[in-house]
Amino acid sequence: MSQKVLLNAKEVNIILHRLACQLIEKHTDFSNTVLIGLQPRGIFLANRIAKILKEEYHINNIQLGYLDITFYRDDFRRGDKTLAANSTEINFIVEDKNVVFIDDVLYTGRSIRAALTAIQSFGRPNEIELLALIDRRFSRHLPIQPDYRGRQVDVINEEKVKVNWIENDKEDSVYLIEK
Amino acid sequence: MSELSVNHLLGIKYLNKKDIELIFKTADHFKEVINRPIKKVPSLRDITIANLFFENSTRTKLSFELAEKRLSADVLNFSSAQSSVKKGETLIDTVNNILSMKVDMVVMRHPNPGAGVFLSKHVKASIVNAGDGAHEHPTQALLDSYSIREKLGSVVDKKVVIVGDILHSRVALSNIYALQMQGAEVMVCGPKTLIPKYIDKLGVKVETNLRTALNWCDVANMLRVQNERMDISYFPSTREYAQQFGVNKVLLDSLDKEIIIMHPGPINRGVEITSDVADSRQSIILDQVQNGVAIRMAVIYLLASKIKQ
Repeated sequence: MSQKVLLNAKEVNIILHRLACQLIEKHTDFSNTVLIGLQPRGIFLANRIAKILKEEYHINNIQLGYLDITFYRDDFRRGDKTLAANSTEINFIVEDKNVVFIDDVLYTGRSIRAALTAIQSFGRPNEIELLALIDRRFSRHLPIQPDYRGRQVDVINEEKVKVNWIENDKEDSVYLIEK
Repeated sequence: MSELSVNHLLGIKYLNKKDIELIFKTADHFKEVINRPIKKVPSLRDITIANLFFENSTRTKLSFELAEKRLSADVLNFSSAQSSVKKGETLIDTVNNILSMKVDMVVMRHPNPGAGVFLSKHVKASIVNAGDGAHEHPTQALLDSYSIREKLGSVVDKKVVIVGDILHSRVALSNIYALQMQGAEVMVCGPKTLIPKYIDKLGVKVETNLRTALNWCDVANMLRVQNERMDISYFPSTREYAQQFGVNKVLLDSLDKEIIIMHPGPINRGVEITSDVADSRQSIILDQVQNGVAIRMAVIYLLASKIKQ
């Protein structure tokens, strides 16, 4: 198994700031916008973006939640293992809000499809956008594209993109891993 | 580990500690789901579940049905009162006829102990025991432990007394297995005639004085006197039973510490507990009912995930 660095800590940091600025450009003061990190790996990115918006751009009313999509997945009973759930924490109203889904890697688009169904359980948002750190091109199974993307990469199906976060994995980095 | 060690839920004694932990962890997520504006998830939309109730039930049947519907399963309801069982059909024939309509899972309550185990050996479907005679009622025991865990933070080292008709109770047996597996201490308390002879062999304490039992425990699980299962008189009168083994507010307030009161329902108000105890701050009876739906969703979800496509 060999691995290649796609992004190092400095590059990740620059991209996070750019994504935060792009969000500000669209959502200005975030008064009607909520950020939703998708469990399990999207929550680290969501926390980071929210932190940058608060600490560096002084937007103090960021509403941040986490959404678990396990019970909405379309591969229930199709794999060998039972799908284990994570916690959902959405302590605000989603009805009529502008929702931004945040996930680390956009691959087939199936997780996002599940998240689009899951969020409906909390109300009818005004609109939903998608922010992804890594967009794996040419691998989509569904017509889903990100509104904000960190880096677009071409990766074959046998390879894996692993996003590391300093909170969890000791460093900020993105690796391409050949299985 | 994210998979149960069993393909059926026939009783607590067939589970291990990790299974119970997995069920509780999954139930935590479902508890959040059932408090959303839209309380339904699409996981089981290609699963059909038959609820076979060969014995009366209100709460358990409704709870299972709601859990199944919240998971988007298709549900068939059957109760023996209006069925061909009355015409002499055997259990296996009844169930196989239902299964030939492409049913994946069977939730069954039956008056005979071991009915679920028997069925699991003869039919091709995942079986959930919703009570078999005086044997086991696993989902009730799971929701009882889950409610204790929710209220006290953990079940480990907690002292739980089960009070009342232990002899006819499937809730008592399942609770003993579940609580002991999780590291709780268990005592049974009731009139000698309603305590099975060798129950101490299960490692439980036996007490016939209610005040002593309540002073010992953190949680008291009050059982219903099951008049419908009593072929002879086990105590002189309901009034005497209520005086000796019923919990009232005066008794509860006179204890050394504040204990938690549970009841699996249906309550005979004024017999095993008085109304003011059932509706008191110390009672978690309605929490038990809400947790019942989350626990049953977890059990059905985890068992369904093992049904191969």
